[in-house]
Amino acid sequence: MMELVCPAGTPAALRAAVDAGAHTIYCGFADETNARNFPGLNFSREELAQGVDYAHRRGAKVLVAINTFPRAGAEGLWHRAVADAETADVDAVILADLGLLAHAAEHHPDLRRHLSVQAAAANPDAINFYATAFGVRRVVLPRVLTVAEITAINREIDVETEVFVFGGLCVMAEGRCSLSSYITGKSPNMNGVCSPPSHVQYVETKGALDARLGGYTIQRNAKDEPAPYPTLCKGCFQSGDMTGHVFEDPSSLDAKDLIPALAKAGVTALKIEGRQRSRAYVAQVVRSFRTAVEAVAAGRPVPPGTLASLTEGQAATTGAYRKTWR
Amino acid sequence: MSDIHTPFPTVPSLLAKPLSFVPLAPIAQALTVLARRLVTRHPGLISRLGPYVDSSFAIAPTDLPVTLLLRPHPTAMRITLHRDPPRADARIAGPLSALLGLVHGTWDGDALFFSRDLVIDGDTSAALALRNAIDDCELDLGAEIAGLSGPFGRLLMPFIDLAERRTGMPLRRAEARP
Ligand code: SF4
Repeated sequence: MMELVCPAGTPAALRAAVDAGAHTIYCGFADETNARNFPGLNFSREELAQGVDYAHRRGAKVLVAINTFPRAGAEGLWHRAVADAETADVDAVILADLGLLAHAAEHHPDLRRHLSVQAAAANPDAINFYATAFGVRRVVLPRVLTVAEITAINREIDVETEVFVFGGLCVMAEGRCSLSSYITGKSPNMNGVCSPPSHVQYVETKGALDARLGGYTIQRNAKDEPAPYPTLCKGCFQSGDMTGHVFEDPSSLDAKDLIPALAKAGVTALKIEGRQRSRAYVAQVVRSFRTAVEAVAAGRPVPPGTLASLTEGQAATTGAYRKTWR
Repeated sequence: MSDIHTPFPTVPSLLAKPLSFVPLAPIAQALTVLARRLVTRHPGLISRLGPYVDSSFAIAPTDLPVTLLLRPHPTAMRITLHRDPPRADARIAGPLSALLGLVHGTWDGDALFFSRDLVIDGDTSAALALRNAIDDCELDLGAEIAGLSGPFGRLLMPFIDLAERRTGMPLRRAEARP
């Protein structure tokens, strides 16, 4: 059966994911070492140890994302995170930075290393380099590849691949987006937040809802339209003659129907995005995908059913897996 | 988690109306006692707020003629009720059932927001911190209220469960439901 890797922003979400059938849960520490550094989220060292214990007792694994890029002179924070993850007995760490990978390989050789999507390793050469140089055992592929490209990559590498199948989409060559830094001074790669809530404002005017980021209106929606989060790449902009979502529509990824194709492509693990979401989201999405991977493993078709009500824009897309660029 | 596209049950006006004229102070006092009990039992409610522990939160059930103003504090948490919208750092508004569903893990906060069933004003970061703190505590207001009622609490629980089934309002923690 394909491995289901599920998000947990809080200990309650971790328990919800385990109880709903997650094979593996990924989470992060409550600081800038992880790419979901949102207010009220994430784990203390003690909470992580308890979460690992809860998961292991039920046969599930825990991965810790330490996937932002250390600031020069402050590497200690990232080094401590890796050491503390190992002390908590986690099953692997998810890293992106070359220096941190080298540090982990040298000082924590027995701690399994996964390559974060933030590293944007999107071809066999890059992946094989990470595997040879730092002993990376699994790579999370960027959300810019088609199923055919994933198949081709898997033929030329020896490490496992993990791909996103559900949740918010980040369309950049990951780890290299400066949109958020440009408007707010905070970036997903350095501070662990894209379009951070501290810079978000919603203003209701005559029934329309303006979603603003850093004082700029990113999107305006009429009364009965779904509301967006003002993530910069999903905003409505003017470019030449065009007014619209010039980068990306405010919709979310749902590749449930592609699970059989992804299995055929040699993918080991399926990842659900959403560490910033509630335990209710986690429980519902995990249950739905667990049923799907069980069906595919048994040779049955993916059961129908949509999770659109949980997604941004209340609309889903198969993203780049079936690529139709504008 | 239930499908959020089912329309939310609203508080019948027969029950909501009296809040327009009854004295609010005793109700606020009872809510404050409940809130302080919750904080003692779930310290994460405060610690997860981080820098927003000094923020004020207006919780506005759109089917009630009052707004609840929450001022978190480790030992002196305070809730007041207001007929005119109070000033607050962050405001979260929506039908009472949606707000209760959020507290009890029945519905996902982002999904309620995307569908416009929930409205957030003011400091979005503070509102998110509060939502995440509450979500992690796996609160069960029905059980807490029963707990406050001493030995009668256990007798109260079946009535709370019955009220939940009859009204469709999430009065218990999602995971506690059969
Ligand atoms: S702005 Fe969009 S593309 Fe850039 S980091 Fe944020 S989600 Fe990704």
